[in-house]
Amino acid sequence: MNKLILGRYFPGDSWLHRLDPRSKLIAGVAFIFIIFLADSLQAFALLWVFTLFVMRLSGVGFRTYVRGVRPLIWLILFATLMQMLFRTGGATFVDWGPITISEYGIINGFYVFCRFVLIIFFSTVVTLTTKPIDLTDGIGSLLRPLRKLKVPVDELALMLSISLRFIPNLMDETQRIMDAQRARGTQFGEGSLIQQMKTLVPIFLPLFASSLNRAEDMANAMEVRGYQSGTKRSTFRQLSWKRIDTASLFIMVVLAGVLLVVRTI
Amino acid sequence: MAMQVKFHNVAADYKLGPIRQSFVLQSVNLAISSGTFSAVIGPTGSGKSSLLKVLNGLLVPKQGQAHIGDQVIEKENDKHVYKEVRKRVGMVFQFPESQLFAETVLQDICFGPINFGVPFEEAKKLASDVIEQVGLEQDILTKSPFSLSGGQKRRVAIAGILAMNPDILVLDEPGAGLDPKGKAEIMSLILNWHRKKEMTTLLVTHDMEDVAHYADEVIVMENGSVVMHEEVRDFFSDDQRLEKWSLELPNARRFQLKVEQDTGVKLPNICLTKNELVEALIKVGLA
Ligand SMILES: Nc1ncnc2c1ncn2[C@@H]1O[C@H](COP(=O)(O)OP(=O)(O)OP(=O)(O)O)[C@@H](O)[C@H]1O
Ligand SMILES: [Mg+2]
Repeated sequence: MNKLILGRYFPGDSWLHRLDPRSKLIAGVAFIFIIFLADSLQAFALLWVFTLFVMRLSGVGFRTYVRGVRPLIWLILFATLMQMLFRTGGATFVDWGPITISEYGIINGFYVFCRFVLIIFFSTVVTLTTKPIDLTDGIGSLLRPLRKLKVPVDELALMLSISLRFIPNLMDETQRIMDAQRARGTQFGEGSLIQQMKTLVPIFLPLFASSLNRAEDMANAMEVRGYQSGTKRSTFRQLSWKRIDTASLFIMVVLAGVLLVVRTI
Repeated sequence: MAMQVKFHNVAADYKLGPIRQSFVLQSVNLAISSGTFSAVIGPTGSGKSSLLKVLNGLLVPKQGQAHIGDQVIEKENDKHVYKEVRKRVGMVFQFPESQLFAETVLQDICFGPINFGVPFEEAKKLASDVIEQVGLEQDILTKSPFSLSGGQKRRVAIAGILAMNPDILVLDEPGAGLDPKGKAEIMSLILNWHRKKEMTTLLVTHDMEDVAHYADEVIVMENGSVVMHEEVRDFFSDDQRLEKWSLELPNARRFQLKVEQDTGVKLPNICLTKNELVEALIKVGLA
Protein backbone atom coordinates (compact mmCIF):
# COMPACT_ATOMS: atom_id res chain seq x y z
CA MET A 1 0.00 0.00 0.00
CA ASN A 2 2.83 2.33 0.80
CA LYS A 3 4.71 1.37 -2.31
CA LEU A 4 2.88 3.67 -4.68
CA ILE A 5 5.30 6.37 -5.82
CA LEU A 6 3.18 7.81 -8.62
CA GLY A 7 1.02 10.46 -6.96
CA ARG A 8 3.30 11.04 -3.99
CA TYR A 9 4.96 14.30 -3.09
CA PHE A 10 8.61 14.48 -2.06
CA PRO A 11 9.35 17.77 -0.32
CA GLY A 12 12.32 19.58 -1.78
CA ASP A 13 13.57 22.89 -3.02
CA SER A 14 14.56 22.20 -6.60
CA TRP A 15 13.93 24.45 -9.53
CA LEU A 16 11.06 22.16 -10.50
CA HIS A 17 9.50 22.39 -7.04
CA ARG A 18 9.26 26.13 -7.47
CA LEU A 19 7.50 26.06 -10.82
CA ASP A 20 3.85 27.01 -10.92
CA PRO A 21 1.67 23.87 -10.72
CA ARG A 22 -0.18 25.01 -13.81
CA SER A 23 2.90 25.00 -15.98
CA LYS A 24 3.84 21.55 -14.68
CA LEU A 25 0.36 20.22 -15.36
CA ILE A 26 0.32 21.63 -18.88
CA ALA A 27 3.82 20.28 -19.52
CA GLY A 28 2.78 16.87 -18.17
CA VAL A 29 -0.22 16.63 -20.46
CA ALA A 30 1.72 18.05 -23.40
CA PHE A 31 4.44 15.46 -22.89
CA ILE A 32 1.95 12.64 -23.44
CA PHE A 33 1.08 14.10 -26.83
CA ILE A 34 4.67 14.88 -27.68
CA ILE A 35 5.67 11.30 -27.02
CA PHE A 36 3.42 10.11 -29.82
CA LEU A 37 5.31 12.31 -32.25
CA ALA A 38 8.39 10.18 -31.77
CA ASP A 39 8.73 7.43 -34.34
CA SER A 40 12.43 6.84 -34.72
CA LEU A 41 15.28 5.69 -32.56
CA GLN A 42 16.82 9.16 -32.67
CA ALA A 43 13.56 10.72 -31.50
CA PHE A 44 13.34 8.30 -28.55
CA ALA A 45 16.98 8.92 -27.71
CA LEU A 46 16.21 12.63 -27.53
CA LEU A 47 13.17 12.01 -25.32
CA TRP A 48 15.19 9.82 -23.00
CA VAL A 49 17.88 12.44 -22.64
CA PHE A 50 15.28 15.12 -22.00
CA THR A 51 13.36 13.04 -19.43
CA LEU A 52 16.47 11.91 -17.60
CA PHE A 53 17.60 15.53 -17.46
CA VAL A 54 14.25 16.64 -15.99
CA MET A 55 14.38 13.76 -13.48
CA ARG A 56 17.85 14.87 -12.52
CA LEU A 57 16.57 18.41 -11.96
CA SER A 58 13.92 17.19 -9.51
CA GLY A 59 16.64 16.17 -7.07
CA VAL A 60 14.94 12.84 -6.40
CA GLY A 61 17.07 9.74 -6.85
CA PHE A 62 16.69 7.58 -9.95
CA ARG A 63 15.84 4.51 -7.88
CA THR A 64 12.69 6.18 -6.60
CA TYR A 65 11.46 6.55 -10.17
CA VAL A 66 12.25 2.95 -10.96
CA ARG A 67 10.14 1.96 -7.97
CA GLY A 68 7.33 4.03 -9.42
CA VAL A 69 7.41 1.92 -12.58
CA ARG A 70 7.56 -1.38 -10.74
CA PRO A 71 3.83 -1.78 -9.91
CA LEU A 72 3.01 -1.38 -13.62
CA ILE A 73 5.81 -3.52 -14.97
CA TRP A 74 3.58 -6.48 -15.92
CA LEU A 75 1.25 -4.26 -17.88
CA ILE A 76 4.20 -2.71 -19.68
CA LEU A 77 5.82 -6.03 -20.47
CA PHE A 78 2.51 -7.40 -21.70
CA ALA A 79 2.03 -4.51 -24.13
CA THR A 80 5.64 -4.83 -25.27
CA LEU A 81 5.32 -8.58 -25.83
CA MET A 82 2.11 -8.16 -27.79
CA GLN A 83 3.99 -5.92 -30.21
CA MET A 84 6.97 -8.21 -30.40
CA LEU A 85 5.03 -11.41 -30.97
CA PHE A 86 2.26 -10.37 -33.29
CA ARG A 87 3.51 -7.52 -35.40
CA THR A 88 4.91 -8.38 -38.79
CA GLY A 89 7.06 -6.49 -41.24
CA GLY A 90 10.71 -6.15 -42.20
CA ALA A 91 12.97 -9.12 -41.71
CA THR A 92 11.26 -12.04 -39.99
CA PHE A 93 13.34 -13.94 -37.46
CA VAL A 94 10.88 -16.48 -36.11
CA ASP A 95 7.63 -17.62 -37.68
CA TRP A 96 5.31 -19.97 -35.79
CA GLY A 97 1.94 -19.48 -37.34
CA PRO A 98 0.34 -16.45 -35.74
CA ILE A 99 3.41 -15.77 -33.62
CA THR A 100 6.10 -13.97 -35.50
CA ILE A 101 9.11 -12.14 -34.25
CA SER A 102 9.97 -9.59 -36.85
CA GLU A 103 12.16 -6.56 -37.18
CA TYR A 104 9.18 -4.20 -36.96
CA GLY A 105 7.82 -6.11 -34.03
CA ILE A 106 11.00 -5.71 -32.03
CA ILE A 107 11.32 -2.03 -32.86
CA ASN A 108 7.68 -1.33 -32.05
CA GLY A 109 7.89 -3.32 -28.84
CA PHE A 110 10.81 -1.16 -27.84
CA TYR A 111 8.86 2.00 -28.69
CA VAL A 112 5.85 0.90 -26.64
CA PHE A 113 8.10 0.11 -23.70
CA CYS A 114 9.77 3.52 -23.94
CA ARG A 115 6.44 5.34 -24.22
CA PHE A 116 5.08 3.72 -21.06
CA VAL A 117 8.20 4.25 -19.03
CA LEU A 118 8.74 7.81 -20.20
CA ILE A 119 5.15 8.82 -19.49
CA ILE A 120 5.34 7.31 -16.00
CA PHE A 121 8.68 8.95 -15.31
CA PHE A 122 7.49 12.33 -16.49
CA SER A 123 4.17 12.26 -14.60
CA THR A 124 6.05 11.09 -11.53
CA VAL A 125 8.27 14.14 -11.83
CA VAL A 126 5.18 16.34 -11.81
CA THR A 127 3.58 14.75 -8.74
CA LEU A 128 6.83 14.29 -6.85
CA THR A 129 7.64 17.98 -7.10
CA THR A 130 4.16 19.43 -6.56
CA LYS A 131 2.22 19.47 -3.30
CA PRO A 132 -1.16 17.78 -3.75
CA ILE A 133 -2.88 20.95 -2.64
CA ASP A 134 -1.04 22.97 -5.29
CA LEU A 135 -1.94 20.36 -7.84
CA THR A 136 -5.65 20.74 -7.11
CA ASP A 137 -5.35 24.53 -7.10
CA GLY A 138 -3.65 24.27 -10.45
CA ILE A 139 -6.32 21.98 -11.87
CA GLY A 140 -9.04 24.27 -10.56
CA SER A 141 -7.37 27.25 -12.13
CA LEU A 142 -6.85 25.54 -15.47
CA LEU A 143 -10.45 24.37 -15.60
CA ARG A 144 -11.80 27.82 -14.79
CA PRO A 145 -12.85 28.57 -18.39
CA LEU A 146 -15.32 25.67 -18.10
CA ARG A 147 -17.29 27.75 -15.61
CA LYS A 148 -18.85 29.48 -18.58
CA LEU A 149 -20.33 26.11 -19.51
CA LYS A 150 -21.85 25.90 -16.01
CA VAL A 151 -19.39 23.24 -14.88
CA PRO A 152 -19.00 23.58 -11.07
CA VAL A 153 -15.25 23.93 -11.31
CA ASP A 154 -14.63 25.20 -7.78
CA GLU A 155 -16.69 22.44 -6.23
CA LEU A 156 -14.83 19.85 -8.27
CA ALA A 157 -11.50 21.27 -7.21
CA LEU A 158 -12.63 21.31 -3.58
CA MET A 159 -13.80 17.70 -3.80
CA LEU A 160 -10.51 16.71 -5.29
CA SER A 161 -8.48 18.44 -2.61
CA ILE A 162 -10.61 17.01 0.21
CA SER A 163 -10.23 13.51 -1.24
CA LEU A 164 -6.49 13.90 -1.55
CA ARG A 165 -6.33 15.27 1.95
CA PHE A 166 -8.01 12.19 3.40
CA ILE A 167 -6.14 9.48 1.54
CA PRO A 168 -3.42 9.15 4.22
CA ASN A 169 -6.03 9.07 6.99
CA LEU A 170 -7.96 6.41 5.16
CA MET A 171 -4.86 4.30 4.69
CA ASP A 172 -3.94 4.60 8.37
CA GLU A 173 -7.45 3.71 9.37
CA THR A 174 -7.53 0.70 7.04
CA GLN A 175 -4.30 -0.50 8.59
CA ARG A 176 -5.65 -0.06 12.10
CA ILE A 177 -8.87 -1.88 11.43
CA MET A 178 -7.06 -4.69 9.62
CA ASP A 179 -4.79 -5.10 12.64
CA ALA A 180 -7.79 -5.16 14.96
CA GLN A 181 -9.58 -7.83 12.94
CA ARG A 182 -6.40 -9.87 12.59
CA ALA A 183 -6.13 -9.82 16.35
CA ARG A 184 -9.64 -11.29 16.41
CA GLY A 185 -8.54 -14.15 14.22
CA THR A 186 -9.19 -13.00 10.65
CA GLN A 187 -6.65 -14.37 8.22
CA PHE A 188 -6.36 -12.33 5.07
CA GLY A 189 -5.39 -13.90 1.78
CA GLU A 190 -6.34 -17.43 2.78
CA GLY A 191 -8.96 -19.90 1.70
CA SER A 192 -11.25 -19.78 -1.30
CA LEU A 193 -12.16 -16.60 -3.15
CA ILE A 194 -15.51 -16.43 -1.35
CA GLN A 195 -13.81 -16.79 2.02
CA GLN A 196 -11.36 -14.07 1.13
CA MET A 197 -14.17 -11.76 0.09
CA LYS A 198 -15.87 -12.42 3.40
CA THR A 199 -12.83 -11.21 5.30
CA LEU A 200 -13.25 -7.84 3.61
CA VAL A 201 -16.62 -7.15 5.25
CA PRO A 202 -15.17 -6.57 8.75
CA ILE A 203 -12.79 -4.04 7.22
CA PHE A 204 -14.98 -2.12 4.85
CA LEU A 205 -18.03 -1.73 7.07
CA PRO A 206 -16.16 0.05 9.88
CA LEU A 207 -14.25 2.02 7.27
CA PHE A 208 -17.45 3.20 5.61
CA ALA A 209 -19.00 3.99 8.95
CA SER A 210 -16.08 6.12 10.05
CA SER A 211 -15.78 7.80 6.65
CA LEU A 212 -19.45 8.74 6.74
CA ASN A 213 -19.05 10.11 10.24
CA ARG A 214 -16.04 12.06 9.19
CA ALA A 215 -17.82 13.42 6.12
CA GLU A 216 -20.68 14.55 8.31
CA ASP A 217 -18.32 16.25 10.77
CA MET A 218 -16.59 17.95 7.89
CA ALA A 219 -19.86 19.09 6.32
CA ASN A 220 -20.98 20.53 9.65
CA ALA A 221 -17.66 22.28 10.15
CA MET A 222 -17.89 23.79 6.69
CA GLU A 223 -21.46 24.91 7.21
CA VAL A 224 -20.65 26.50 10.55
CA ARG A 225 -17.94 28.52 8.88
CA GLY A 226 -20.38 29.75 6.29
CA TYR A 227 -19.44 27.62 3.31
CA GLN A 228 -21.94 27.85 0.49
CA SER A 229 -21.52 26.20 -2.83
CA GLY A 230 -21.84 28.26 -5.94
CA THR A 231 -20.55 31.50 -4.50
CA LYS A 232 -17.41 33.17 -5.72
CA ARG A 233 -14.50 33.02 -3.35
CA SER A 234 -10.92 34.11 -3.32
CA THR A 235 -8.13 31.70 -2.45
CA PHE A 236 -5.63 31.79 0.36
CA ARG A 237 -2.85 30.31 -1.71
CA GLN A 238 -2.15 32.46 -4.73
CA LEU A 239 -0.68 30.89 -7.81
CA SER A 240 1.82 33.08 -9.54
CA TRP A 241 2.91 32.55 -13.09
CA LYS A 242 6.54 33.54 -13.45
CA ARG A 243 8.80 34.00 -16.40
CA ILE A 244 10.38 30.64 -15.70
CA ASP A 245 6.99 28.97 -16.21
CA THR A 246 6.65 30.55 -19.63
CA ALA A 247 10.21 29.47 -20.35
CA SER A 248 9.53 25.86 -19.42
CA LEU A 249 6.46 25.72 -21.62
CA PHE A 250 8.56 27.20 -24.38
CA ILE A 251 11.02 24.35 -23.91
CA MET A 252 8.16 21.89 -24.38
CA VAL A 253 7.18 23.66 -27.61
CA VAL A 254 10.77 23.45 -28.82
CA LEU A 255 10.86 19.76 -27.96
CA ALA A 256 7.68 19.18 -29.94
CA GLY A 257 9.11 21.20 -32.82
CA VAL A 258 12.34 19.22 -32.92
CA LEU A 259 10.42 15.94 -32.90
CA LEU A 260 8.23 17.14 -35.75
CA VAL A 261 11.31 18.02 -37.78
CA VAL A 262 12.96 14.66 -37.06
CA ARG A 263 9.72 12.95 -38.02
CA THR A 264 9.51 14.39 -41.48
CA ILE A 265 13.01 13.34 -42.40
CA MET B 1 -4.43 -20.83 32.45
CA ALA B 2 -1.96 -18.07 32.69
CA MET B 3 1.08 -17.52 30.57
CA GLN B 4 4.46 -16.00 30.72
CA VAL B 5 5.77 -13.35 28.34
CA LYS B 6 9.41 -12.90 27.53
CA PHE B 7 11.16 -10.57 25.13
CA HIS B 8 14.70 -11.35 24.17
CA ASN B 9 16.58 -8.52 22.47
CA VAL B 10 13.64 -7.56 20.28
CA ALA B 11 14.06 -4.90 17.60
CA ALA B 12 11.30 -3.97 15.16
CA ASP B 13 10.36 -1.32 12.61
CA TYR B 14 7.51 -0.48 10.26
CA LYS B 15 8.88 -0.86 6.80
CA LEU B 16 7.59 1.94 4.66
CA GLY B 17 8.55 1.31 1.05
CA PRO B 18 11.53 3.38 0.00
CA ILE B 19 11.78 5.31 3.24
CA ARG B 20 14.08 3.48 5.56
CA GLN B 21 13.04 3.93 9.17
CA SER B 22 15.02 3.57 12.32
CA PHE B 23 13.83 0.87 14.70
CA VAL B 24 10.74 1.79 16.72
CA LEU B 25 11.68 -0.94 19.20
CA GLN B 26 15.33 -1.55 20.06
CA SER B 27 16.90 -4.28 22.14
CA VAL B 28 13.82 -4.79 24.26
CA ASN B 29 14.40 -7.31 27.02
CA LEU B 30 11.46 -8.07 29.21
CA ALA B 31 10.16 -10.87 31.39
CA ILE B 32 6.61 -10.69 32.63
CA SER B 33 5.57 -13.45 34.95
CA SER B 34 2.31 -15.24 34.66
CA GLY B 35 -0.69 -13.62 36.30
CA THR B 36 0.73 -10.13 36.81
CA PHE B 37 -0.96 -6.89 35.93
CA SER B 38 1.64 -4.62 34.29
CA ALA B 39 1.23 -1.00 33.33
CA VAL B 40 3.20 0.25 30.33
CA ILE B 41 3.95 3.95 30.44
CA GLY B 42 6.17 6.36 28.55
CA PRO B 43 5.99 9.47 26.40
CA THR B 44 4.11 9.66 23.09
CA GLY B 45 5.91 7.79 20.34
CA SER B 46 8.03 5.78 22.74
CA GLY B 47 6.78 2.51 21.27
CA LYS B 48 4.18 1.33 23.76
CA SER B 49 1.61 0.41 21.15
CA SER B 50 4.31 -1.19 19.03
CA LEU B 51 5.37 -3.35 21.97
CA LEU B 52 1.81 -4.63 22.28
CA LYS B 53 1.63 -5.34 18.56
CA VAL B 54 4.70 -7.57 18.80
CA LEU B 55 2.92 -9.62 21.44
CA ASN B 56 0.19 -10.35 18.95
CA GLY B 57 2.32 -10.99 15.89
CA LEU B 58 1.01 -7.85 14.21
CA LEU B 59 4.47 -6.32 14.23
CA VAL B 60 7.15 -8.89 13.55
CA PRO B 61 10.57 -8.48 15.17
CA LYS B 62 13.48 -7.85 12.82
CA GLN B 63 15.83 -9.16 15.50
CA GLY B 64 15.39 -11.17 18.65
CA GLN B 65 12.48 -13.30 19.84
CA ALA B 66 9.27 -12.79 21.74
CA HIS B 67 8.18 -15.83 23.76
CA ILE B 68 4.49 -16.04 24.52
CA GLY B 69 3.85 -19.12 26.58
CA ASP B 70 5.42 -21.89 24.53
CA GLN B 71 5.16 -20.00 21.24
CA VAL B 72 8.06 -18.02 19.80
CA ILE B 73 7.66 -15.04 17.48
CA GLU B 74 10.72 -14.12 15.49
CA LYS B 75 11.68 -12.87 12.06
CA GLU B 76 10.30 -15.85 10.15
CA ASN B 77 7.27 -17.65 11.52
CA ASP B 78 4.83 -20.32 10.48
CA LYS B 79 1.26 -19.13 9.99
CA HIS B 80 0.00 -21.36 12.77
CA VAL B 81 2.23 -19.51 15.25
CA TYR B 82 0.27 -16.34 14.60
CA LYS B 83 -3.02 -18.14 14.89
CA GLU B 84 -2.01 -19.78 18.14
CA VAL B 85 -0.62 -16.55 19.58
CA ARG B 86 -3.67 -14.49 18.60
CA LYS B 87 -5.93 -17.06 20.17
CA ARG B 88 -4.10 -16.71 23.48
CA VAL B 89 -3.48 -12.98 23.41
CA GLY B 90 -6.56 -10.77 23.46
CA MET B 91 -5.78 -7.31 22.20
CA VAL B 92 -7.92 -4.28 22.92
CA PHE B 93 -6.71 -1.52 20.61
CA GLN B 94 -6.99 2.16 21.25
CA PHE B 95 -10.57 3.19 20.39
CA PRO B 96 -11.60 -0.44 19.88
CA GLU B 97 -15.12 0.60 18.91
CA SER B 98 -13.78 1.24 15.39
CA GLN B 99 -13.58 -2.52 14.84
CA LEU B 100 -17.31 -3.15 15.28
CA PHE B 101 -18.91 -4.24 12.03
CA ALA B 102 -21.55 -6.94 12.43
CA GLU B 103 -25.30 -6.60 12.13
CA THR B 104 -25.92 -7.29 15.79
CA VAL B 105 -23.88 -6.98 18.93
CA LEU B 106 -24.18 -10.74 19.39
CA GLN B 107 -22.62 -11.48 16.00
CA ASP B 108 -19.85 -9.01 16.64
CA ILE B 109 -18.94 -10.53 19.98
CA CYS B 110 -19.03 -14.02 18.47
CA PHE B 111 -16.73 -13.04 15.60
CA GLY B 112 -13.50 -13.65 17.49
CA PRO B 113 -14.44 -16.93 19.19
CA ILE B 114 -15.83 -18.37 15.94
CA ASN B 115 -12.67 -17.43 14.05
CA PHE B 116 -10.76 -19.45 16.59
CA GLY B 117 -12.95 -22.47 16.17
CA VAL B 118 -15.56 -22.16 18.92
CA PRO B 119 -18.94 -23.56 17.75
CA PHE B 120 -21.67 -20.95 17.30
CA GLU B 121 -23.91 -22.22 20.11
CA GLU B 122 -21.05 -22.06 22.57
CA ALA B 123 -19.98 -18.64 21.31
CA LYS B 124 -23.52 -17.39 21.93
CA LYS B 125 -23.32 -18.56 25.51
CA LEU B 126 -19.96 -16.84 25.90
CA ALA B 127 -21.42 -13.64 24.49
CA SER B 128 -24.35 -13.50 26.86
CA ASP B 129 -22.00 -14.26 29.74
CA VAL B 130 -19.49 -11.63 28.78
CA ILE B 131 -22.03 -8.90 28.02
CA GLU B 132 -23.04 -8.91 31.66
CA GLN B 133 -19.44 -8.83 32.77
CA VAL B 134 -18.98 -5.54 30.92
CA GLY B 135 -22.07 -4.12 32.60
CA LEU B 136 -24.56 -4.18 29.75
CA GLU B 137 -28.07 -5.65 29.53
CA GLN B 138 -28.83 -8.88 27.67
CA ASP B 139 -31.26 -7.16 25.29
CA ILE B 140 -28.41 -5.14 23.78
CA LEU B 141 -27.23 -8.33 22.07
CA THR B 142 -29.88 -8.02 19.37
CA LYS B 143 -29.19 -4.36 18.64
CA SER B 144 -26.94 -2.99 15.93
CA PRO B 145 -23.54 -1.96 17.29
CA PHE B 146 -23.77 1.24 15.25
CA SER B 147 -26.83 2.38 17.20
CA LEU B 148 -25.09 2.38 20.58
CA SER B 149 -23.53 5.24 22.51
CA GLY B 150 -19.77 5.70 22.53
CA GLY B 151 -19.33 4.16 25.97
CA GLN B 152 -21.57 1.20 25.12
CA LYS B 153 -19.66 0.60 21.90
CA ARG B 154 -16.41 0.55 23.85
CA ARG B 155 -17.81 -2.05 26.22
CA VAL B 156 -19.11 -4.20 23.38
CA ALA B 157 -15.71 -4.06 21.69
CA ILE B 158 -13.98 -5.10 24.90
CA ALA B 159 -16.56 -7.85 25.37
CA GLY B 160 -15.67 -9.12 21.90
CA ILE B 161 -12.09 -9.61 23.06
CA LEU B 162 -12.95 -11.08 26.47
CA ALA B 163 -15.23 -13.61 24.76
CA MET B 164 -12.14 -15.09 23.13
CA ASN B 165 -11.12 -16.11 26.64
CA PRO B 166 -7.53 -15.00 26.26
CA ASP B 167 -4.77 -15.99 28.65
CA ILE B 168 -3.01 -12.72 28.08
CA LEU B 169 -4.94 -9.49 27.79
CA VAL B 170 -3.30 -6.41 26.33
CA LEU B 171 -5.07 -3.07 26.39
CA ASP B 172 -4.05 0.15 24.70
CA GLU B 173 -5.52 3.03 26.69
CA PRO B 174 -8.96 1.46 27.09
CA GLY B 175 -10.28 4.51 28.94
CA ALA B 176 -9.23 7.13 26.39
CA GLY B 177 -12.01 9.55 25.52
CA LEU B 178 -14.50 8.33 28.12
CA ASP B 179 -15.97 10.26 31.04
CA PRO B 180 -14.27 9.60 34.42
CA LYS B 181 -17.10 7.40 35.66
CA GLY B 182 -17.24 5.32 32.49
CA LYS B 183 -13.48 4.98 32.53
CA ALA B 184 -13.42 3.83 36.16
CA GLU B 185 -16.12 1.25 35.40
CA ILE B 186 -14.19 -0.12 32.46
CA MET B 187 -10.99 -0.29 34.46
CA SER B 188 -12.66 -2.12 37.33
CA LEU B 189 -14.31 -4.64 35.01
CA ILE B 190 -10.90 -5.32 33.51
CA LEU B 191 -9.38 -5.77 36.95
CA ASN B 192 -12.18 -8.15 37.97
CA TRP B 193 -11.74 -10.21 34.84
CA HIS B 194 -7.98 -10.24 35.36
CA ARG B 195 -8.40 -11.63 38.87
CA LYS B 196 -11.13 -14.09 38.03
CA LYS B 197 -9.33 -15.63 35.06
CA GLU B 198 -5.83 -15.25 36.50
CA MET B 199 -4.77 -13.59 33.31
CA THR B 200 -1.53 -11.88 32.49
CA THR B 201 -2.54 -8.32 31.72
CA LEU B 202 -0.67 -5.46 30.08
CA LEU B 203 -2.19 -2.02 30.14
CA VAL B 204 -0.86 0.99 28.24
CA THR B 205 -1.88 4.15 30.02
CA HIS B 206 -0.95 7.78 30.50
CA ASP B 207 -2.74 8.02 33.81
CA MET B 208 -0.67 7.51 36.96
CA GLU B 209 -3.85 6.88 38.96
CA ASP B 210 -4.49 3.80 36.83
CA VAL B 211 -0.95 2.65 37.47
CA ALA B 212 -1.33 3.15 41.21
CA HIS B 213 -4.74 1.53 41.44
CA TYR B 214 -4.48 -1.50 39.21
CA ALA B 215 -0.92 -2.45 38.36
CA ASP B 216 1.46 -4.84 40.12
CA GLU B 217 4.41 -3.85 37.95
CA VAL B 218 5.40 -0.83 35.90
CA ILE B 219 7.21 -0.90 32.57
CA VAL B 220 8.63 2.45 31.42
CA MET B 221 9.44 2.89 27.76
CA GLU B 222 11.51 5.56 26.14
CA ASN B 223 12.70 5.84 22.56
CA GLY B 224 11.72 2.29 21.77
CA SER B 225 13.43 0.67 24.73
CA VAL B 226 12.28 -0.55 28.10
CA VAL B 227 14.19 1.67 30.50
CA MET B 228 12.62 0.45 33.71
CA HIS B 229 10.61 -2.51 34.92
CA GLU B 230 9.79 -2.85 38.58
CA GLU B 231 7.18 -3.34 41.29
CA VAL B 232 4.69 -0.54 41.44
CA ARG B 233 5.51 0.36 45.06
CA ASP B 234 9.24 0.52 44.41
CA PHE B 235 8.50 2.56 41.37
CA PHE B 236 6.59 5.22 43.29
CA SER B 237 8.97 5.26 46.25
CA ASP B 238 11.65 7.32 44.53
CA ASP B 239 9.98 10.63 43.82
CA GLN B 240 13.18 12.30 42.64
CA ARG B 241 13.56 9.74 39.90
CA LEU B 242 9.94 10.21 38.88
CA GLU B 243 10.57 13.90 38.61
CA LYS B 244 13.49 13.19 36.34
CA TRP B 245 11.19 11.22 34.01
CA SER B 246 8.68 14.08 34.41
CA LEU B 247 6.08 11.61 35.60
CA GLU B 248 3.34 12.62 37.98
CA LEU B 249 2.78 11.05 41.36
CA PRO B 250 -0.62 9.55 42.09
CA ASN B 251 -2.79 11.85 44.19
CA ALA B 252 -2.65 9.74 47.35
CA ARG B 253 1.12 9.52 47.25
CA ARG B 254 1.44 13.26 46.64
CA PHE B 255 -0.87 13.93 49.59
CA GLN B 256 1.19 11.57 51.73
CA LEU B 257 4.41 13.41 50.93
CA LYS B 258 2.78 16.73 51.74
CA VAL B 259 1.47 15.43 55.08
CA GLU B 260 4.87 13.97 55.95
CA GLN B 261 6.52 17.27 55.09
CA ASP B 262 4.06 19.41 57.06
CA THR B 263 3.75 17.25 60.18
CA GLY B 264 7.18 15.65 60.23
CA VAL B 265 5.49 12.27 60.82
CA LYS B 266 6.53 9.46 58.52
CA LEU B 267 3.75 7.12 57.42
CA PRO B 268 4.56 3.41 57.75
CA ASN B 269 4.13 2.52 54.08
CA ILE B 270 3.91 4.00 50.61
CA CYS B 271 0.26 4.80 49.89
CA LEU B 272 -0.99 4.55 46.34
CA THR B 273 -4.74 4.73 46.82
CA LYS B 274 -7.13 6.72 48.93
CA ASN B 275 -7.97 3.73 51.12
CA GLU B 276 -4.36 2.92 51.83
CA LEU B 277 -3.76 6.53 52.74
CA VAL B 278 -6.72 6.65 55.12
CA GLU B 279 -5.56 3.47 56.84
CA ALA B 280 -2.00 4.71 57.21
CA LEU B 281 -3.19 8.05 58.60
CA ILE B 282 -5.35 6.28 61.16
CA LYS B 283 -2.46 4.03 62.11
CA VAL B 284 -0.17 6.92 62.98
CA GLY B 285 -3.01 8.81 64.67
CA LEU B 286 -3.34 11.67 62.24
CA ALA B 287 -6.95 10.89 61.40
N1 LIG C 1 1.70 2.00 11.37
C1 LIG C 1 2.84 2.68 11.51
N2 LIG C 1 3.63 2.91 10.45
C2 LIG C 1 4.78 3.59 10.57
N3 LIG C 1 5.25 4.07 11.72
C3 LIG C 1 4.54 3.87 12.82
C4 LIG C 1 3.29 3.17 12.79
N4 LIG C 1 2.79 3.14 14.04
C5 LIG C 1 3.68 3.78 14.82
N5 LIG C 1 4.73 4.22 14.11
C6 LIG C 1 5.91 4.93 14.64
O1 LIG C 1 6.47 4.15 15.66
C7 LIG C 1 6.87 4.94 16.75
C8 LIG C 1 6.27 4.40 18.03
O2 LIG C 1 4.86 4.49 17.94
P1 LIG C 1 3.89 3.87 19.00
O3 LIG C 1 2.50 4.01 18.45
O4 LIG C 1 4.34 2.52 19.38
O5 LIG C 1 4.07 4.87 20.22
P2 LIG C 1 3.23 4.98 21.55
O6 LIG C 1 4.22 4.89 22.65
O7 LIG C 1 2.11 4.01 21.52
O8 LIG C 1 2.68 6.46 21.48
P3 LIG C 1 1.26 7.04 22.04
O9 LIG C 1 1.45 7.27 23.49
O10 LIG C 1 1.12 8.33 21.29
O11 LIG C 1 0.21 6.06 21.70
C9 LIG C 1 6.44 6.36 16.43
O12 LIG C 1 7.59 7.07 16.06
C10 LIG C 1 5.50 6.23 15.28
O13 LIG C 1 5.66 7.32 14.39
MG1 LIG D 1 -0.03 4.20 21.36
